[in-house]
Amino acid sequence: MTEVSATTQDRAAPHMTVSQTNVAIEVVGMHKWYADFHVLRDINLKVMEGERIVIAGPSGSGKSTLIRCINRLEEHQEGQIIVNGTELTADIKRIDEVRREVGMVFQHFNLFPHLTILQNLTLAPIWVRGIPKAEAEATAMHYLERVKIPEQANKFPGQLSGGQQQRVAIARSLCMQPKIMLFDEPTSALDPEMVKEVLEVMISLAEEGMTMICVTHEMGFARQVANRVIFMDQGQIIEQNEPEAFFSNPQHERTKLFLSQILH
Amino acid sequence: MSDIGFVRADLVPAKPAPNRTTGAVAWAQKNLFATPLDTVLTLLGILFLVWVVPPLFNFFIGHAVGPYGTVEECRALDAGACWAYIYNEMEFFIYGFYDIPEQWRPNIVFALGALLLVPLLIPKVPFKRANAILFLVVYPIVSYFLLAGGVFGLTEIPTEKWGGLLVTLIISVVGITLSFPLGIILALGRQSNLPVIKTLCIAFIELIRAVPLITILFMASIMLPLFMPQGTTVDKFLRALVGVTLFTSAYMAEVVRGGLQAIPRGQYEAGASLGLGYWQRMYFIILPQALKHVIPGIVNNFISLFKDTSLVYIVGMKDLLEAVKTKNDSALEWQSANTATTGYLFAAMVFWVFCFSMSRYSMFMERRLNTGYKR
Repeated sequence: MTEVSATTQDRAAPHMTVSQTNVAIEVVGMHKWYADFHVLRDINLKVMEGERIVIAGPSGSGKSTLIRCINRLEEHQEGQIIVNGTELTADIKRIDEVRREVGMVFQHFNLFPHLTILQNLTLAPIWVRGIPKAEAEATAMHYLERVKIPEQANKFPGQLSGGQQQRVAIARSLCMQPKIMLFDEPTSALDPEMVKEVLEVMISLAEEGMTMICVTHEMGFARQVANRVIFMDQGQIIEQNEPEAFFSNPQHERTKLFLSQILH
Repeated sequence: MSDIGFVRADLVPAKPAPNRTTGAVAWAQKNLFATPLDTVLTLLGILFLVWVVPPLFNFFIGHAVGPYGTVEECRALDAGACWAYIYNEMEFFIYGFYDIPEQWRPNIVFALGALLLVPLLIPKVPFKRANAILFLVVYPIVSYFLLAGGVFGLTEIPTEKWGGLLVTLIISVVGITLSFPLGIILALGRQSNLPVIKTLCIAFIELIRAVPLITILFMASIMLPLFMPQGTTVDKFLRALVGVTLFTSAYMAEVVRGGLQAIPRGQYEAGASLGLGYWQRMYFIILPQALKHVIPGIVNNFISLFKDTSLVYIVGMKDLLEAVKTKNDSALEWQSANTATTGYLFAAMVFWVFCFSMSRYSMFMERRLNTGYKR
C-alpha cells in the first residue's frame, strides 16, 4: 500500500527522478528466435521507475523486437520478462494486465482510421478500464490539449498530418494512464518539419517522470532526456552508458563505428 | 549581384476557369460524334435500338393483355404478354398452397418485415439498437408462430403448404441474417491461433465449398433422415434453411477472410498494446474496417443466395420460381402461346427487383462508409 503511494508521488514529481528501489521492467537472460534465426541473445536489462532509456543500433539489430517483447507483441522463448512485477508468460490475463499499464507508440502511428480522434482516444479507457464515456472524453481532451491539438478532436486520422497523427497516438496511449511508455522509432516516418513537435511532447513526458524506453535515431533527444543509452547489434546489448559518456567516449568498436556514421 | 536570384513577393492572382462546354449539342458532339468511328458506332447503336425496342415494347405493353384481360385475348394471334394470367394466379405465386382464408397471416409478416427493415436500412433513423433487436430476435419468433400457427387459436399450417414468394423471402432473409455472422465467426476461426478451432473451420469451409448447393439440399432432405432414429423428423423446410445458411456461410467466411487480410498488422498491434482483448479488438477495430473493404463481395453472396433459393424445388418446396412453373404446367384454363413465357418473365422481374435493390443499397453503404476518412 505504501509502495503504491510512493510510486504516485514519484510519477507526479515535476523533475526527472529515478526511483532507487522500484523496478519497472526486468529482463533476465532473454532469448528470442524467429524460426531458426536468433534475433535476441541473452538480453539482461533492468529499468527503474522514472528511467528514460534510449535504445540505438543499426537496423536489424533487434531493438524494436526487444521493446515489442516488453508488451508481448512478440513472444520470447527463453528467460524472463517482468513488467511492474508481472511476469510475461503465455497467460493472456497477465499479458492484458501488462498491456494496460504499458503504452506503446509505433513508427507508423497505427491510429484507427475509421474512428474519430476522440473515439481513438476513448476506446480503450471505456472498454478496458470501464471508465464512463463522459469522463473518458474529458481525459481525452485533456491529453489532446497537452499534445496541442484539441481542435482536431472530431476529425478522422486521415485528415491530420503525420506529426499530428503521431501526437494523437501518444495521447491515445496516455489516456490509459500507463506507468511505462514504449516508443518504437516514433519520428522515423515523419517529414523532417514534424519531428520537432513530436519530440517536444516526448521531452515534456520525460520531464514529468514517465518511465520511457525509446528506440530512436534522434541522438539529440538521447542527449537531452535519456539517463541511459543502450547500444544493440546483432541481437545483443553490446554497450550501455550515460549519454554523456556514451557519445563522448564509446568503448566498443561497433559503437564507435555506428556513432561515426550517424553523427556528422 | 547575381541576376539569377529571384524572390516572388505576391501570390499569382487567380484566373477564371476556362469555359465549360455544356448543352445537348456539345454533349452529343463530345460523346457521340467525336470521331468518324464514334459516329459509325452511334449510328449502329441507333439501328440496333430501332430493331429491338419496338417488338419488346409490343410484347410487354403494346399488344400485351392487361391484368383484367381474358384468356381469349391472350390466345389471339398477335397477343403479347398475358399479364391477366399473372394477376389471376398472383395468390399462388405469393403464398403457394397456404390456406386462402389465412393469408392475412403472411401479409402481416410481410408488412411487419418491411416496417422493421426499412428504418434499419436508413442511417438517419434513430433507435438502431432497439430496431435491430426487434428485427433480429422478436420478429422471427412472431413470424414463426404467425405463419405456422397451432397456438393462440391459429390454425396450424404445415410448412409443406408454404410456397411462392413467401418461401423465397423467408429462406433469403433467414439465410442472409444467419450466414453473415456465421461467416464472420468461421473467418475469424480460420485465422485463429488455436489449432483445433482453425482445423475445424478450415475443414468446414473447404468441405462445404467443394459441394454444390443442390447436393447439400438433397443430402439434407433424403440422406439425413436415414441416419436419424426412427420416428424423429426434422421439418423439411427447416432442413432446407439450414442447408442454404451453412452453404452461404462458407462462402461468406472466405470473403470476410479476404477483408481481414487487408488490415495492416499495425491495427491488431495498436489494439493489443492498448490492452483491448481479442473480441474487443475484432469488434471495434478490425471488423469495421475489414467488412467495409468486402461489401461488394458480401452483397455478391447475398444476391447469389437470393437466387439460389430457387434450388429448394429439389426437396419439393415451391418457391417463387417453382410456383410459377407449377402454374405454367397445370393452369389449363390459362393456356396460350405466351402464358409460360409471361410467368417466367414475372419471376425474373421479381428476382431482378430484389437483387438490384440489394446491389444499389450496397453501393450506397460503400459511399457512406467511405466519407470522413479519405486520405
